[in-house]
Amino acid sequence: MESWILTIVTFLPLVGIFLILPVSRTKPNLVRQIALGVSVLTFLFSLYLYFNFDSATADFQFVINVPWIKSLGISYFMGIDGISLFLILLTTFLTVVSILSTWTAVTEKVKGFMISMLLLETGMIGVFVALDLFLFYVFWEAMLIPMYFLIGIWGGPRRIYATIKFVLFTLFGSLLMLVAIIVLYFLQHSYTGVYTFNLLEMYKVVLPYGAQFWLFYAFALAFAIKVPLFPFHTWLPDAHVEAPTAGSVILAGVLLKMGTYGFLRFCLPLFPDAYQSAIPLISILALIGIIYGAMVAMVQKDVKSLVAYSSVSHLGFVMLGLFALNVQSVQGGILQMINHGISTGALFLLVGMIYERRHTRLIEDFGGVAKVMPIFAAFFMIVTLSSIGLPGTNGFIGEFLIILGAFKSNVVYAILAALGVILAAIYMLWMYQRVFFGKVDKPANEKLLDLNLREKLILVPLVILIFWIGLYPKPYLSKMEKSVTSLFELAGQKSQALENNPAGTLISKTLNVKQYSLK
Amino acid sequence: MPEIVITLFACLVMLLEPFLPDRRKWILPHLSSLGVFVAAYFCLPLWNSNLLLWQGQALGDNLAVIFKIIFLLGTLLTILISYLKSGHHWGGEYYSLILFSTLGMMIMASSSDLIVIFLGLEVMSIALYVLAGFNRSDLKSNESAMKYFLMGAFSTGFLLYGIALIYGTTGSTNLNILVNNPHLTEPLFITGLGLILVGLAFKVATVPFHMWVPDVYEGAPTPITAFMAAGPKAAGFAALLRVFLIGLTPLAPMWITILWILAVLTMTLGNVLAIAQMNIKRMLAYSSIAHAGYILISVVAGGDDGLSSSVFYLLVYSLMTIGSFAVIIALGEKGEKNEELPDYRGLGLKYPLLGVCMTIFMVSLSGIPPTAGFVGKFYIFSAAVKNGQLELAIIGVLNSLISVYYYLRVVVIMFMQEAPSPSVVPHSSWSVQLALWLTAMATLGLGIFPDILFKITQQSWLFTLR
Repeated sequence: MESWILTIVTFLPLVGIFLILPVSRTKPNLVRQIALGVSVLTFLFSLYLYFNFDSATADFQFVINVPWIKSLGISYFMGIDGISLFLILLTTFLTVVSILSTWTAVTEKVKGFMISMLLLETGMIGVFVALDLFLFYVFWEAMLIPMYFLIGIWGGPRRIYATIKFVLFTLFGSLLMLVAIIVLYFLQHSYTGVYTFNLLEMYKVVLPYGAQFWLFYAFALAFAIKVPLFPFHTWLPDAHVEAPTAGSVILAGVLLKMGTYGFLRFCLPLFPDAYQSAIPLISILALIGIIYGAMVAMVQKDVKSLVAYSSVSHLGFVMLGLFALNVQSVQGGILQMINHGISTGALFLLVGMIYERRHTRLIEDFGGVAKVMPIFAAFFMIVTLSSIGLPGTNGFIGEFLIILGAFKSNVVYAILAALGVILAAIYMLWMYQRVFFGKVDKPANEKLLDLNLREKLILVPLVILIFWIGLYPKPYLSKMEKSVTSLFELAGQKSQALENNPAGTLISKTLNVKQYSLK
Repeated sequence: MPEIVITLFACLVMLLEPFLPDRRKWILPHLSSLGVFVAAYFCLPLWNSNLLLWQGQALGDNLAVIFKIIFLLGTLLTILISYLKSGHHWGGEYYSLILFSTLGMMIMASSSDLIVIFLGLEVMSIALYVLAGFNRSDLKSNESAMKYFLMGAFSTGFLLYGIALIYGTTGSTNLNILVNNPHLTEPLFITGLGLILVGLAFKVATVPFHMWVPDVYEGAPTPITAFMAAGPKAAGFAALLRVFLIGLTPLAPMWITILWILAVLTMTLGNVLAIAQMNIKRMLAYSSIAHAGYILISVVAGGDDGLSSSVFYLLVYSLMTIGSFAVIIALGEKGEKNEELPDYRGLGLKYPLLGVCMTIFMVSLSGIPPTAGFVGKFYIFSAAVKNGQLELAIIGVLNSLISVYYYLRVVVIMFMQEAPSPSVVPHSSWSVQLALWLTAMATLGLGIFPDILFKITQQSWLFTLR
């Protein structure tokens, strides 16, 4: 079980596709049920990871390492640590939620939709569990195709433009990353004499600064586009606005996190010195993202694009945290990745729910919705507050840790970031006020039905998570703490080694894989 | 020898043709396929045998074997996609010409003498000139054949003149002798080499010798287009590899620069022009030009990896390109209809299997995992990086990015636009479907488990003289 569990979690959705394929197109409900069943099962398996995760060690756990393409030193190498654990849980959880949310929203080509969703899930989990650079890259790119279909087939009116833009932007970064991966592969060989894509082996190599610099920026570009870091964010509003609700949830909830995850998993430990030297540049871009994203969000007429721009702002926080480079800020950054997945995911779901009823998302078309849909309004309020980062909700913990960490390394950054929090409060609450309060002055809004059972069922677990993380974040933080600190130790040691030996060298310390005794 | 088998079957098919009543004509494609299998059967034992025949004019090394397998595979798939549901049979001469053309390619792959390369090239090309014009009543097809013939004859002229110059300076045309001859740097020798390069560049369609490709590809019967995209290109590269990477390594610094420029031009021009095409056959023609550019990267990279990655890519490219042409055939039938991109609107939604197959080929051609096209490109780029051609690898990936746009546009049209009414109805025979499945499965399969093919291609250079 220990060594196969990650394979099961990753490929179970793929099995689901083969279950869906023979089902007739005339039975969309059966297709939905199978997809839901498979995704719930995947979620349950991923819970196994959570409960059996050993937070006392920084080593990679549930590891499987089987040779895959021997002639090039590529292996099927998977494992998780405290950083990827929560991202996997987030993925499996949000997939369940978003499949549930499409029950009535997607009525055409249900089969294709569910196949794409499940394919996407496999790709996303694969990205987070892969510890072989080649395997990682395969998942990283393969995941584009289902997302491309999701936006392009089930999206809004400008879907084709949006989906092509999304794919071309993402590919631009990742193709350069591919070259960087290949270069790294040969550099690795020149230091160790072994051809391998094994990430943990690569961690041991201390590269000279020049090589680190170029490789870092090649990787960083791919990740920055995905995050998206200002000024690479322009694909995001288009993709988000045009994507179907489930697509937006996954896009905001998981896809963007792949970028930030990449910085942490690849850029920091592989190129620690280049990472450090990039701190001012990336932090400033992140700050611009925070403030610019918030200001643009403020003037949006469409609720969905408001939420989309708020993502730019929130992800700026995450990046700031990751580049403040201390344990608090990085932990805050990781937690904020999860938080953003939950809150923004929930926001997109809520927007999708009202869109299904009114077929508009323009703020000016609403007003006084709280009177006709009180339960909806309550859920929306909770999620809005969590997105703003009110104490007691998850957003507070994440943003607080990030700003705390940022304060330690650079006071100015922390102050500017705090400004972003205020702006967030302005645009979210102002939007909330215009949509939910005031008189019901549009006749179309008078007969809106409040949430049904299925919709409540979707939202309740999200709200529980919002408060759970907000009030008692310890289980989350403690599980990731070891991994984060040992990542820092590794990076520190590599920097030290480079100082002593500027031409690059090897270090002995590295992250290990946890050894299991056979039961 | 597989060559003898192919010759025998080609003659047999041609001779049988007049004696068979019309309702028995179906035997001919079957007979030709049988010929391919028998040739493959004789081909495989030659692996690792490393023969040297006729005073070193022909080789039976692993490289020759693997190229022959690629040609035979391409031929088999071409025969499969030639078999149409409407009951139409191409005449016996059609199949026999395909076999003769294959024979020419096989000769090219196993020759170590410039004259033998020329011989193979001519056998291959003359059969192809006829095949390109096989739709006799179609003006486009006639134009295609005429154009191909004139351009082809012109390019072989260059090749022959180059060989003559080289013979004039060194007194030999044998590659093994040429490597060690003392006249390597004489201007006349280098001119000859340049002319040979021009001749072969015509065959593999690199910029600026690519002008014939779009028109010929568009006009020729679709199965023949598929055949041309796979076979002669691979054969041209086989000759190119033999001449440059094996025969003329001492001159490497000189021709590497030229091939470097050719590779960049070929990739970029092919990809950029493909964007503007509205006819899918023309689009694939430009894409085939672009792919010749990618393979040139591996030639420039050189070394063991460069060599095996080019073989790997040629095989993979044959599979995916024949696959995409099979989709076109499934839609167009014999009338060569439905070749404009808008004809594909909504196809994926109405016929998901056909759409998914086409998607696999397009994704693979654009080099996105988990497909064979990705692994092939990865192999080529890593060979380039390994041998110090980092710039070329970067230009290569940026070109892939351009290509993604037009390949995915096909997918957009198939899946994201509503079908027109009346929409195109695909009606394909079992053999076209078989070819489709085989290529699609191989494209995916080799993308996920490429290890065996890696090992084979790495061994293909074991005995090759260098």
